[in-house]
Amino acid sequence: MHPVVKLVSQRLALGLLLLLAASALIFLGTLMLPGDVAQSILGQSATPEALANLREELGLNRPALVRYFDWLFGALQGDLGTALTNGQDIAESIGKRLGNTLFLAFWAAVISVPLAIFLGLLAVRYRDRWPDKLISAVTLASISIPEFLIGYLLIYFVAVQMGWFSSVAMINDSMSLLDKLNAIALPVAVLTLVVLAHMMRMTRAAILNVMQSAYIETAELKGLSTFHVIARHAFPNAIAPIVNVVMLNLAYLVVGVVVIEVVFVYPGMGQYLVDHVAKRDVPVVQACGLIFAAVYILLNMIADIVAILSNPRLRHPK
Amino acid sequence: MSEPLVKVRNLKIGATVYPPGEKPHDIEIVHGVSFDLQPGKVLGLIGESGAGKSTIGLASMAYGRGGVKITGGEVWINGRDVLKSKLRDVRRLRGGEVTYVSQSAAASFNPAKKIMEQVIEAAVEQGKFSKKEAEARARTLFAKLGLPDPDNIGDRYPHQVSGGQLQRCMTALALCPEPDLVVFDEPTTALDVTTQIEVLMAIKEAIRDTGVAALYITHDLAVVAQVSDDIMVLRHGNTVEYGPVDQIINNPQEEYTQALVSVRSIEHDEKAPTPEPVLSVRNITARYKGTKFDVLHNVNVDLHPGQTLAVVGESGSGKSTLARVITGLLPPREGEIEFAGRTLSPDLAGRSREDLRELQMIYQMADVAMNPRQTVGTIIGRPLEFYFGMRGAEKRKRIIELLDEIELGESFIDRYPAELSGGQKQRVCIARALAAKPKMIICDEVTSALDPLVADGILKLLLELQKIENVAYLFITHDLATVRAISDNIAVMYQGKVQRYGGKTEVLSPPFDDYTDLLLSSVPEMRLGWLEEVIANRKMESAGN
Repeated sequence: MHPVVKLVSQRLALGLLLLLAASALIFLGTLMLPGDVAQSILGQSATPEALANLREELGLNRPALVRYFDWLFGALQGDLGTALTNGQDIAESIGKRLGNTLFLAFWAAVISVPLAIFLGLLAVRYRDRWPDKLISAVTLASISIPEFLIGYLLIYFVAVQMGWFSSVAMINDSMSLLDKLNAIALPVAVLTLVVLAHMMRMTRAAILNVMQSAYIETAELKGLSTFHVIARHAFPNAIAPIVNVVMLNLAYLVVGVVVIEVVFVYPGMGQYLVDHVAKRDVPVVQACGLIFAAVYILLNMIADIVAILSNPRLRHPK
Repeated sequence: MSEPLVKVRNLKIGATVYPPGEKPHDIEIVHGVSFDLQPGKVLGLIGESGAGKSTIGLASMAYGRGGVKITGGEVWINGRDVLKSKLRDVRRLRGGEVTYVSQSAAASFNPAKKIMEQVIEAAVEQGKFSKKEAEARARTLFAKLGLPDPDNIGDRYPHQVSGGQLQRCMTALALCPEPDLVVFDEPTTALDVTTQIEVLMAIKEAIRDTGVAALYITHDLAVVAQVSDDIMVLRHGNTVEYGPVDQIINNPQEEYTQALVSVRSIEHDEKAPTPEPVLSVRNITARYKGTKFDVLHNVNVDLHPGQTLAVVGESGSGKSTLARVITGLLPPREGEIEFAGRTLSPDLAGRSREDLRELQMIYQMADVAMNPRQTVGTIIGRPLEFYFGMRGAEKRKRIIELLDEIELGESFIDRYPAELSGGQKQRVCIARALAAKPKMIICDEVTSALDPLVADGILKLLLELQKIENVAYLFITHDLATVRAISDNIAVMYQGKVQRYGGKTEVLSPPFDDYTDLLLSSVPEMRLGWLEEVIANRKMESAGN
């Protein structure tokens, strides 16, 4: 078997195994919470008889293992159960919100990833000179300020004072793409500022590391311009560490945007999760947890696979 | 005489140094060097490490490695002073008019790009050739340099070809843009001796056929004698002697040049075997974990007390693996090791402290074999504590004795490894091994990272210490001159087997098997015309070309 096929299938198998383990942890976690679903539905003042009846009805008396596999196979078929608080089908409500979250994450990524890598290359090109220091200072400052604060600052100055964009990022199906983009401009800007620094710093560090190699000297002695040397000779050898950080940040864009969604009242997963945690709606929390875990594992798996594919020794064995 | 292609006048080069415990400051490393090079001629720059030869080579491309700066003088190439040129013109010079071949092609090729892409890059980016023309020229060069499958080898990645092949690809890379001057910086030093002469011949023919001029930088006078028209001998950034190759080799004027020409002055007569060997390697067959091939096949050798067994072979011949088996780092699949009258446990964990003490080791890279944060005294004192429980004044006295034995003296006791030269570091490693009072020391390529004159000093010291301490050496090396200098017995290894084994005189006298013949004939000799002669008389090709 080609070593790349072998390594990639190993990663895929490992990813699935991790996802299974994550699902077990999520289920176990909710089991360990005080009270159960029946208690949450009926509240503190419920009579023992009513609780017993509801437990019977919901199948909560069956062994935990049976309930776990029930839940797992349901999730595999796209059935995430129904929300306790409003009786809606969870898969259906999540579907739309997940779409919104991915929409926001996608545009934040489209802007921040190329920008971060470009700034990283630029920082290497002018290392230890003022452009490098400026880039580092600005990105580090933006990552150090809490994201909600950046959000409110942008709302105050850009939305309220100057009135360029709306302060709430409400989108719905009837809006055109342009309208939607206009609506999410501010949250995208905040997210970009938050994730830029990591990726930029890693790009810079990884490329500077490669710049020590003898083959960079060879390229310089070919009379190539500095930027050509960095982008065409150093960058391809620095892909693996950069992709790892990029994927971690992409994962953050999907699963970590809770605060931003709340600040901008954006109808995404984060807001949905926060609402239902407050209401102790266990099935919804479980479903969100499972999806977040899947996104995280998937993106990290992609990073591993890209790292494998970027290694010519693995792609082209002797 | 016509106008020279390269005219270097009073070239001065400085560097910033960062000595431990001092403020960084600038020093001068090349102090005013001048030379001329006519079109199509080859100038050999020769000297030990630190002589400034690579620095001068790179300065001809207006390039300084790391913190190196050109501080004065003129470098005229094609009638233009490149040190006063604009960056744009310097870029046209680099990779266009002047190109560079480095010591390690394996490190100098970008691992992420195909060979062809890298070979033609300078020619295409400089606008000298179209991509198609450059590729055609590269294929012609591949063929001229004797690379296998010249039409397709460019589609491979650097890791897919051997070291010798990659060094030829690097030469093709340098010749592709039709430069006027190529700087060859130790292009064959990293290669096995049998591979070296093939690459050397390929380079020599390529220089002749393309009519390019070359600066050929090396520490090996015998090698540079084969390819150069003129030779400049450098030391500590100064010109020692500069003249035609014939004069430098056959009639050197300066004392230093004479020392370089006559290096390896050691005479050592073979000793007769004793009845009881200190080490007996019996039927050793070994392979590395997780692999399916034996790297050692049924190896049998003996080492006698107070004598030296040289294990000689090329990279991949299994000589270092043999050392790993003897030290217990790699338990063999079959066979056993008898040492000082007892059978050693195959793996390290099963050996007693006495086993460890009596079998010491000295390594190739003295730098990395010492803790940089320990003083020389601590490094040498450690085995004294560990094996003999010495403390305080008694330990210090013994350390000073050892320092005297390695000809460094008491003043070195508080120094750190970074404050020592390469040869001094290796001496400290020798003292550390001797401190354990071993019966035997494995010396793994202990002189191959050192300059010839320094290496010579180390070998003399080792022979001297052998007489005093009656210690036996298992001397692993690829360098036949070293073998001649110090061994009593020789084992020639080839593809994991002992190809030839016996007393020094016997092994080095004809009739030879084909491999030993190839190995012996490949050692560069310091006379003109040797290269052509040896290529014409070869019976087999080297395995790693």
